Amino acid sequence: EFFVANEMKQTSGSFCPEGRQFNMSSQPDKGHQKQPGNGHTHQDPNQNQNHRPQHVEGPGTPALSMPIPDVHIQYTKLFINNEWHESSSGRKIPVHNPATGELLCEVEEADAEDVDKAVRSARAAFQMGSPWRSMDASDRGHLLNKLADLVERDQLLLATLEALDSGKVFLMAFFVDLMATIKTLRYYGGWADKIHGKTIPIDGEYFTYTRHEPIGVCGQIIPWNFPVMMFAWKIAPALCCGNTVVIKPAEQTPLTALHMAALIKEAGFPPGVVNVLPGYGPTAGCAIAHHMDIDKVAFTGSTAVGKIIQKAAGDTNLKRVTLELGGKNPNIVFADSDLEYAVEQAHSGLFFNQGQCCLAGSRVFVEEPIYEEFVRLSVEKARSKVLGNPLLPGVDQGPQIDQKQFDKIMELIESGKREGATLECGGSAWNQQGLFIQPTVFSNVTDDMRIAKEEIFGPVQQIMCFRSVEEVIQRANATHYGLAAGVFTNDIDKALTVSSALQAGMVWVNCYNAMSAQCPFGGFKMSGNGRELGEYALQEYTEVKAVTIKISHKNS
Amino acid sequence: PEVFKMLFINNQWQDAVSGKTFPTINPATGEVICQVAEADEADVTKAVKAARDAFKLGSPWRRMDASHRGLLLSRLADAIERDSAYLAELETLDNGKPYAVAYSVDLPNVVKCLRYYAGWADKWEGKTIPIDGDFFCYTRHEPVGVCGQIIPWNFPLLMQAWKLGPALATGNTVVMKVAEQTPLTALYVASLIKEVGFPEGVVNILPGMGPSAGAAIARHMDVDKVAFTGSTEVGHLIQQASGNSNLKKVTLELGGKSPNIILSDANMEDAVEQSHFALFFNQGQCCCAGSRTYVQADIYNEFVERSVERAKRRVVGNPFDLSTEQGPQVDQEQFNKILGYISSGKREGAKLMCGGGVAADRGYFIQPTVFGDVQDDMTIAREEIFGPVMQILKFKTLEEVVERANDTKYGLAAAVFTKDIDKAHYVSNGLRAGTVWINCYDVFGAQAPFGGYKASGNGRELGEYGLDNYTEVKTVTIKVPQKNS
Repeated sequence: EFFVANEMKQTSGSFCPEGRQFNMSSQPDKGHQKQPGNGHTHQDPNQNQNHRPQHVEGPGTPALSMPIPDVHIQYTKLFINNEWHESSSGRKIPVHNPATGELLCEVEEADAEDVDKAVRSARAAFQMGSPWRSMDASDRGHLLNKLADLVERDQLLLATLEALDSGKVFLMAFFVDLMATIKTLRYYGGWADKIHGKTIPIDGEYFTYTRHEPIGVCGQIIPWNFPVMMFAWKIAPALCCGNTVVIKPAEQTPLTALHMAALIKEAGFPPGVVNVLPGYGPTAGCAIAHHMDIDKVAFTGSTAVGKIIQKAAGDTNLKRVTLELGGKNPNIVFADSDLEYAVEQAHSGLFFNQGQCCLAGSRVFVEEPIYEEFVRLSVEKARSKVLGNPLLPGVDQGPQIDQKQFDKIMELIESGKREGATLECGGSAWNQQGLFIQPTVFSNVTDDMRIAKEEIFGPVQQIMCFRSVEEVIQRANATHYGLAAGVFTNDIDKALTVSSALQAGMVWVNCYNAMSAQCPFGGFKMSGNGRELGEYALQEYTEVKAVTIKISHKNS
Repeated sequence: PEVFKMLFINNQWQDAVSGKTFPTINPATGEVICQVAEADEADVTKAVKAARDAFKLGSPWRRMDASHRGLLLSRLADAIERDSAYLAELETLDNGKPYAVAYSVDLPNVVKCLRYYAGWADKWEGKTIPIDGDFFCYTRHEPVGVCGQIIPWNFPLLMQAWKLGPALATGNTVVMKVAEQTPLTALYVASLIKEVGFPEGVVNILPGMGPSAGAAIARHMDVDKVAFTGSTEVGHLIQQASGNSNLKKVTLELGGKSPNIILSDANMEDAVEQSHFALFFNQGQCCCAGSRTYVQADIYNEFVERSVERAKRRVVGNPFDLSTEQGPQVDQEQFNKILGYISSGKREGAKLMCGGGVAADRGYFIQPTVFGDVQDDMTIAREEIFGPVMQILKFKTLEEVVERANDTKYGLAAAVFTKDIDKAHYVSNGLRAGTVWINCYDVFGAQAPFGGYKASGNGRELGEYGLDNYTEVKTVTIKVPQKNS
């Protein structure tokens, strides 16, 4: 009974989120074409596929779309200096399948002592003259490319582990998370030997040039919502610029990071260049943030913890800090937009990944003339979602990650009801077992309600009504956050006016969640500091050195 | 493996429309290796049509994600790497360069060049621009279109990669004419281009002669850009053909008479070895050969003596022998031309220190030759010899040598050897050349631009700069109701 979706079950058989059809019995990427960025953090590799001859597709085009049954979990230890270590304390972290509550395995739990060990190995790998420092930049790029090839080879295994460990829908893990991981690694593989310094025409009898040097040992702390993809987002720019890394995956989802560690070794990265430490925030994470020999820390997670990280840098060695934090992202739908498309995009913009996205479009502002119809269609869409075991075909929403998140979401749903929003559908837990929450839609939400102000990080959609462009801009920006925003309209003037005015690091026009390795990502205001992805991310992992040489006879 | 001997058009192997073929020769023996289809104007027109179709809006190539273009280039690099040993062998057979060099220099650099440009494909970014007024302005970097590419015989595979890498990374389509002396490796690479999945018509490869196939490309009304590597003489013709036809964009990598300047404080042993390499590498068949070695007066005699000694030690012979440093010249015409220059050197009063003659009784082998007491006005000091003939000149002051070094119509490369940081900067800043090496020579990386000042060419290959020549910039300006920063 658990594996069968309840009254929401589709009669059409195979179905997946955001309305994308997957043909489970044959190559899954042959028939599922939708608009770019349709609920996906990265575009599908075979987008435009209808226009592409067969042979253009990569060998990575997977023939299998089913998770590996009874997958064997091979790596459970700390990865330091290209070796597997037990934790100094001897403690372990229990790792659960959130869909069933079942214990998957135990992994070693790093704390401050292990962080010290990892930092020492990262520091040694960063010494002048080390294999890593004396390597050609193009060879660093080549290693990242090799790593991408290995991830492609193990795509099925990694996607299976990811779905088991995080509860995300297997096909999403396979097509979105893993593909994004591979593309990110390849993208930064290409940058390694293209990070150019400049020669600079300074005044006087001098010759000046800049060198873009790696910062040094980078601490990286990543969240549980996109475990392997966040791992790639963090290590790829860091390594391409020549840094060394101590990375802490989330305690909820350490498994794919540890498999990546094994691939890093297999690809041929020298010992100490990447060290992977599963552990908890208050112990291992805190030790990284406070470490006197870590030159830079990059964190993705909550705004509350982001503040702690920034403070720790101030309290210690002024390590560089980049932060990717929370959001309460406005998604603005004008009456002149394609209504059905906007509903679908707004739906996937919120419900993708069980609502566990910092990018989630969690404040949907809809223009008055279409408000009621928009709500009606959104509810219809939410009701059609199939919940169940994320490893099974046909399921498009899995469980929330853990009890704590589950409780928090349920508490916010209660607050929405209490504060007077209209609960259109959902609003409670689903099934007795696991951490499932019904897709929930609130209408008549006002800006002062908690559900309109706080990040819920769950499958709970808030739909508000607006009347004018000026009003909606003002309301959309009335938040401490500034991560992402969407606007749907066919009017070019409105599109450009609203997208210019929104205080957000990413603005999508007539699309949502359209992301790719080439495009920078990061927040205004309290959504963060710095940018990941794209060329912009390279700045976050380089120190610029200006070298000036006295010369005797300057000429242009 | 199969030897490919036909024209490669639209991912298909085709005979020439005329049915003509030409022989390609093993320069180590003078024997014919095989007959190869000979493209002329009719075939060029066919290839341009295929390239134009592949470039149409909505085509697989135009619709492809930039990252996927990069992935295809990466796979091409992988395939070439896989077949390196075979390709190096074929290159040596057809061109005469020592196998050890083809395998350890040409091939790895081909692979690196393609990988380098693979990475650029999705990083060639336009800008958004804060123009005055209530406007939003951005640039798109679009491919130029159908690119004609004409490459020489001295580094057949490497020149092919230098041309294809940036053109394909930026999304162009290509009609490439490979040199008639050395068509075989380029055609093998064509088979790999098909194997890794480039769509039809994106790359077309035509062996043929300059005056027929090359000229047809240069004057074709539907070729948007032509890139040529070869002699300055032909470079003039290409530029004229563009002017006479559709003003296609022209980039040229041409000849050189590159100065290599040795100051008296340089490390003697290193400078001698590097200068030897600078000239004799690839049988002297390099456009950037250091063919005017300027040596400061107080070390001149010792430098000449050591250079002669080094040249005499140079191992000339069967290019498949792993100890061979120097193989044959590429063909009879080059062989004759070089011997002619050697005669003119003797006639005009340069001192022949060693070599000067033919080195074997068959094939096109020439002895490593060194001339001392060369004067700036001698033919061997002014014209590109493109063979194993070294000219050593004497100078006294820095000002003098910079002036003499620049007194040429060429401006491709130059080098200076010195331990003095001030002198290094003075000379390197003063030289009129697209590439200057300090205490090294012939150091190439896919990352660093290469090209000529003056009559040595137009535009740059390699590096990020190489992308410019394959890009049209489109400025898009949109009226907005109200601008804000």
